[in-house]
Amino acid sequence: MADATLAREDHSEGMSYLDTGLSRLVTLYLPLLLIVVVLLFPFYWMAITAVKPKEHLLDLDRHNPLFTLQPTFEHIRALLFETHYPLWLWNTMFISVIATILALVASVFAAYAIVRIRYTGAQMVGGLIFLSYLVPPSILFIPLSTVIYQYGLFDTPFALILTYPTILIPFSTWLLMGYFKTIPYELEECALIDGATRWQILTKIILPLAVPGLISAGIFCLTLCWNEFIYALTFINTQDKKTVPVAIVTAFTDGDQYKWGSLMAGALVGSLPLVVLYSFFVEYYVSAMTGAVKE
Amino acid sequence: MSDAAISAPMPRVFERSWAQRMTDRNMLGFWFMLPAAAFLILFLVYPLGLGIWLSFTDARIGRGGVFVGLENYEWILGDSKFQLAVFNTLFYTFVASVLKFAIGLYLAILLNNHLPFKAFIRAIILVPFIVPTVLSAIAFWWIFDPQFSVLSWGLRKWGLISGNIDFLGDPWNARLSVIFANVWRGVPFIAITLLAGLQTVSPSLYEAATLDGASKWQMFRHVTYPILTPIIAVVMTFSVLFTFTDFQLIKVLTNGGPAGTTELMATMSYNTAILGGRIGEGAAISTAMIPFLLGAIMISWFGLQRRKWQQGSDNND
Repeated sequence: MADATLAREDHSEGMSYLDTGLSRLVTLYLPLLLIVVVLLFPFYWMAITAVKPKEHLLDLDRHNPLFTLQPTFEHIRALLFETHYPLWLWNTMFISVIATILALVASVFAAYAIVRIRYTGAQMVGGLIFLSYLVPPSILFIPLSTVIYQYGLFDTPFALILTYPTILIPFSTWLLMGYFKTIPYELEECALIDGATRWQILTKIILPLAVPGLISAGIFCLTLCWNEFIYALTFINTQDKKTVPVAIVTAFTDGDQYKWGSLMAGALVGSLPLVVLYSFFVEYYVSAMTGAVKE
Repeated sequence: MSDAAISAPMPRVFERSWAQRMTDRNMLGFWFMLPAAAFLILFLVYPLGLGIWLSFTDARIGRGGVFVGLENYEWILGDSKFQLAVFNTLFYTFVASVLKFAIGLYLAILLNNHLPFKAFIRAIILVPFIVPTVLSAIAFWWIFDPQFSVLSWGLRKWGLISGNIDFLGDPWNARLSVIFANVWRGVPFIAITLLAGLQTVSPSLYEAATLDGASKWQMFRHVTYPILTPIIAVVMTFSVLFTFTDFQLIKVLTNGGPAGTTELMATMSYNTAILGGRIGEGAAISTAMIPFLLGAIMISWFGLQRRKWQQGSDNND
């Protein structure tokens, strides 16, 4: 995917030079601007609400709601120091990171075995893993909740740490299979002739070459975990053990009509770590998304 | 471990029969597959089977049920709430998917032009997809507030409406509002993946088509679309699947209301099984989604694949 993009960059102008300035404005820049504004407006609204003074929140007539001249960090301060928000953030991070690591380790082995060890039925197992990608959590959470209960995992972080990899493994295995396929087989043959074991080949040759794939898969897995809602809602009961998305929905949605300030601050702070991470790894993220689809 | 077999001295490797080496390979493959298989079997395959079994029992929270045959299905099929949820789910999936596809494809085509700051634009377009659904849904909840909606405010300022719009309190407004939020979140994913597909189309094809006198629409219809078909099939399969089983957005925005008009099958199964404690009936509702999902996968997958096969193209890499 990266190669295709690179190759295109020099010639991508194609025949667009035939278009004049005005028609480009109407058919390209205006629609694009409109779509971008619609896509970003909720975040702007989220951010501006989070820094508005309380009394401006519900007063649309005397204060223009679209901006504020007296930004305040009151909501964010209250969120961080008067609620358990830091704890929820920590839970989310902890669960996401551990689940991602577990999923990546399992996926590396599985993808390597399917692509390179090529045991009997490897093709079919690859297909089955893709199929398991198509099983949505919404039809699994009810039986899973009874399973979690039986295993004694209910209301512990392990309920999520052990179930999230089922969402992540199909995707990352599929993605890593694509990366492993691009590594020349000859490299492995040379190593085998030099007497390397399969383990050495995997850790010294394959993994270093597949680092971009690992980063892509890791970033994507992290966002999937962070975003996960239905399992976290069903399997965790204690307020202090919840993840950000669930805790926010259950904690701040009482009758308080000024709840919007803290809700928006919570949503903003909960999104920021992911957005920052994403901004550093945009290319990896895009290649994860498109790579898994194109395979 | 079995690694030893492969690192054995060369002469022995030559002596061993093909069957022997295949057995070693399979053993090694087995050990490598074990972690992934354990996760998927324990927490995916087993619950999937268990869910189907539970749908035939009268299980409650805290106690296993006994087999009751099709009773749960008879109950849900006769339940007008379930029928409404099925209608809502189909409507939601169909409208949202069509819109996501149309807007996503349009956006992908726009982005495929030569643009300044292209990488930056592409990066910010994906932001709605990065931010957790629940958190952006909370923002939409506030945007759709019956009294203090910024949308109502803007429309009032322009003199387009006189009173506030009750976005989430009126059945059809609520349906369209949740569809809007779903489309908003889904478009970036579709646009960026289709853009990746568009970028693989060689510009020389368009040049050739222009020399042959093709219009813009003909170029899209006969050059772009056929090349894009396989990727559209995959993207739309995923999109339909995850729209059909959507839960988070509805849970946050309307919680199924007003009067069940935005209740989807997923939220209904949650309410029945987890909140109501009727595991068996909840499992029946979620199991009832499976045939729909298989149908959707078949239509989008084979429908589009067949077309590819008819054209005899072989870009299945």
